[in-house]
Amino acid sequence: MTAITAPVQGCPSGLAPPAGAGQASGLDWFVRQSGGEHTIDLIVRGARCGGCLSKIEKSVGALTGVSVARLNLSTGRMRVRWQGTLKADTIAETVSGLGYDVAPQTDSAGDDSKAKEERTLLIAMGVAGFAVANIMLLSVSIWAGHGEMGEATRKTLHLLSGVIALPVLIFSGRHFYKSAWVALRAGHANMDVPISLALSLAFGISVFETWRGGEHAYFDAVVMLLFFLLIGRFLDARLRRQAHSAANALAAMQTSAVTRINAAGEAHAVAAADIVAGDRIMLAAGERAMVDMRLVSGVSDVDESLVTGESLPRAYSAGMVLHAGAINLTATVQGEALREASDSLLSQIGEMLEAGEQRRSAYRKIADKAVALYVPFVHTTAALACIGWLLMGASVPEALMIAVATLIITCPCALALAAPVAQVVAAGDLFKRGIYLRSGDAFERLAEIDHIVFDKTGTLTLGTPQLQAIEVNGAAINLDGDAARGIIYDAATLARASHHPLSRALVAYTGAGQVATGVKEVAGAGLRAEVGGQSWRLGSQVWLGVTDAQEASGPTLWFDRDDGAQVRFVFADHLQDGAADALNALQAQGITVEVVSGDREGAVQSLAASLGIARWQAAASPQDKVARLETLRGEGRKVLMVGDGLNDAGALSLAHASVTPGGAMDVSQSASDAVYSGGLEAIPALLAVSQRTRSVMRQNFGLAAGYNVIAVPIAVMGFVTPLIAAIAMSLSSLVVTLNAIRLRIR
Amino acid sequence: MSIIVYLIPVALLLGLCGLGAFIWSIRSGQFEDMEGPAYRILDDEDDKPRR
Repeated sequence: MTAITAPVQGCPSGLAPPAGAGQASGLDWFVRQSGGEHTIDLIVRGARCGGCLSKIEKSVGALTGVSVARLNLSTGRMRVRWQGTLKADTIAETVSGLGYDVAPQTDSAGDDSKAKEERTLLIAMGVAGFAVANIMLLSVSIWAGHGEMGEATRKTLHLLSGVIALPVLIFSGRHFYKSAWVALRAGHANMDVPISLALSLAFGISVFETWRGGEHAYFDAVVMLLFFLLIGRFLDARLRRQAHSAANALAAMQTSAVTRINAAGEAHAVAAADIVAGDRIMLAAGERAMVDMRLVSGVSDVDESLVTGESLPRAYSAGMVLHAGAINLTATVQGEALREASDSLLSQIGEMLEAGEQRRSAYRKIADKAVALYVPFVHTTAALACIGWLLMGASVPEALMIAVATLIITCPCALALAAPVAQVVAAGDLFKRGIYLRSGDAFERLAEIDHIVFDKTGTLTLGTPQLQAIEVNGAAINLDGDAARGIIYDAATLARASHHPLSRALVAYTGAGQVATGVKEVAGAGLRAEVGGQSWRLGSQVWLGVTDAQEASGPTLWFDRDDGAQVRFVFADHLQDGAADALNALQAQGITVEVVSGDREGAVQSLAASLGIARWQAAASPQDKVARLETLRGEGRKVLMVGDGLNDAGALSLAHASVTPGGAMDVSQSASDAVYSGGLEAIPALLAVSQRTRSVMRQNFGLAAGYNVIAVPIAVMGFVTPLIAAIAMSLSSLVVTLNAIRLRIR
Repeated sequence: MSIIVYLIPVALLLGLCGLGAFIWSIRSGQFEDMEGPAYRILDDEDDKPRR
């Protein structure tokens, strides 16, 4: 499916404004009220610059009663607050009238909790930064006064440092202690365990040294360690939130209200989330089903391309079950909700998603591998250093001091920054190209990809058919000739009355024009009208009673004007712009490609042939897709799945990595690692950026390791003072950060 | 040297003021939008702040 661009007023399909009484009145449902004031959170897409910002805010601000109209340019969220009788729909119309896509913000709870986490980390980082600056002020005096400063003064300064460090250690360090405690209770160790240990030991030994009146206290190192680690955590959290809200915004573009019929038979617009099983729902022509439902009355053609991948609609009648994501095309139908919107997935797909999640969380990241090597190495070295010095006759405090110095100087500052900094820089780069990553970890998996499985409809193709040929009584005629024009013109007068994709394609070919009066649509068959005393019919081969037709390359539509001539329109689904270029670029990167589609064999075969794809599979069920991915996994291939439908969700979650286009179902989006808007050229770009990011991350871990190779012997030999520790820590973090910034400068 | 008895608390106090301002700026949402304000300042017609 192509991206749905302006689902402003209860037209979830983007096909046309649905007709009929009791229609979803749109956004009023999303308005919150307090006192006499109304508030709505909207997602605005397409705003890029200051011009957009002031245009949107001023136009909305000029509406009567609006007190606040503020657009966040980074996230695309807009909050509007107003008093009086203004309708939310009017606000949306104003924004969309300026040429921007607009949708109500739905999942604000998830966004808010992520925003809160990010804010907490930022405050913790700020507090640690304050402590670093102030303790360093005192430490520099101590270092500068080395040999001249009296013991009493030094002790006072150390004491003061400790007084600053303790509350900061508790406040800012709680993130690490909490996480380490949770991990230890679950019986395993994570990165936060050695961090907590190093922080506590360093603080403890410094308190002891201060009490003893010793020369070296590591309070500055403790808070500096905290500061650098929190920078890494903050960047990571920020990246996660950006990815989350971007994906959310794309999903929100599809959500809409649902028309519920109450016991009295009245239609009301409610949010999809409020539908419960058993509710009576009305689905007008052109609307998308938001929940799984069983039809109770009405007959209609339904476009299920997002659910099954089948590109042509099927006729549905009472008793049949319609899945969420299907678009109703021909007539208004009524149904009974089977599940809530959040549960409305094929249950098998839900299970497949879970299995995929588990497998993916078992993936070992570079950072995990680095920690697994780092922790035992550093702890053993520190312990050996302590024992060694004791054996060589050092006192217990001296030996402990050296062990702690080893722990501090090898502290994982650079290690903690190595991955997040590179990921943040690369994600920012991708963000500008319209590619939104769901998590920073995805880079590593994307960088390993050597094979891509594409879905067909809506991924490689536009998902909308286009007129390709006309045949009269089996003989092809020139599409641009006068005869063809006349036929298309006549057929379009019928087709304009229909939502069917093939009718739409015919209309798209001719443009605006007349509609024949009294057009009747027969679901699953076609259109009929009396024109000038003749009975005109436009529809399927079976309905028109044609028996002796050749196999066509694509979907067909037959037209009969009661004049004995059988007209056949042949349609084809066209390729996405840039699909061929994208595939060439991928092949140049040494990546093999195949197509697995739920569509018919003919359609898939001709597409594969036109793109030069050797391996293809048609009529694949969701299970077939999963099975194919399992086979490839068994062969040791690292597979990237690119797909948009609900039928791809299982495969998306099972693949080594997965990507969906922006117009995809939100289930598919949540099963994938990245979402792209725009053309397929995003995929080679994404893979190239991922590979560069992985190599920078590896370099960073290499730098961190190389630094330790130099630092550890110095520490073990007892040469490390707090001054050397401070320089080494900041220097290694700086080097890692600068290296990551290289990703941006190219 | 006894001057440091005053200087150190003064330095800490100044630092705390800065920290307080930072926390206030986070709480009041100034880090929510990292791009918009850069453009807002260039908007001549924006005579009174909308908040």
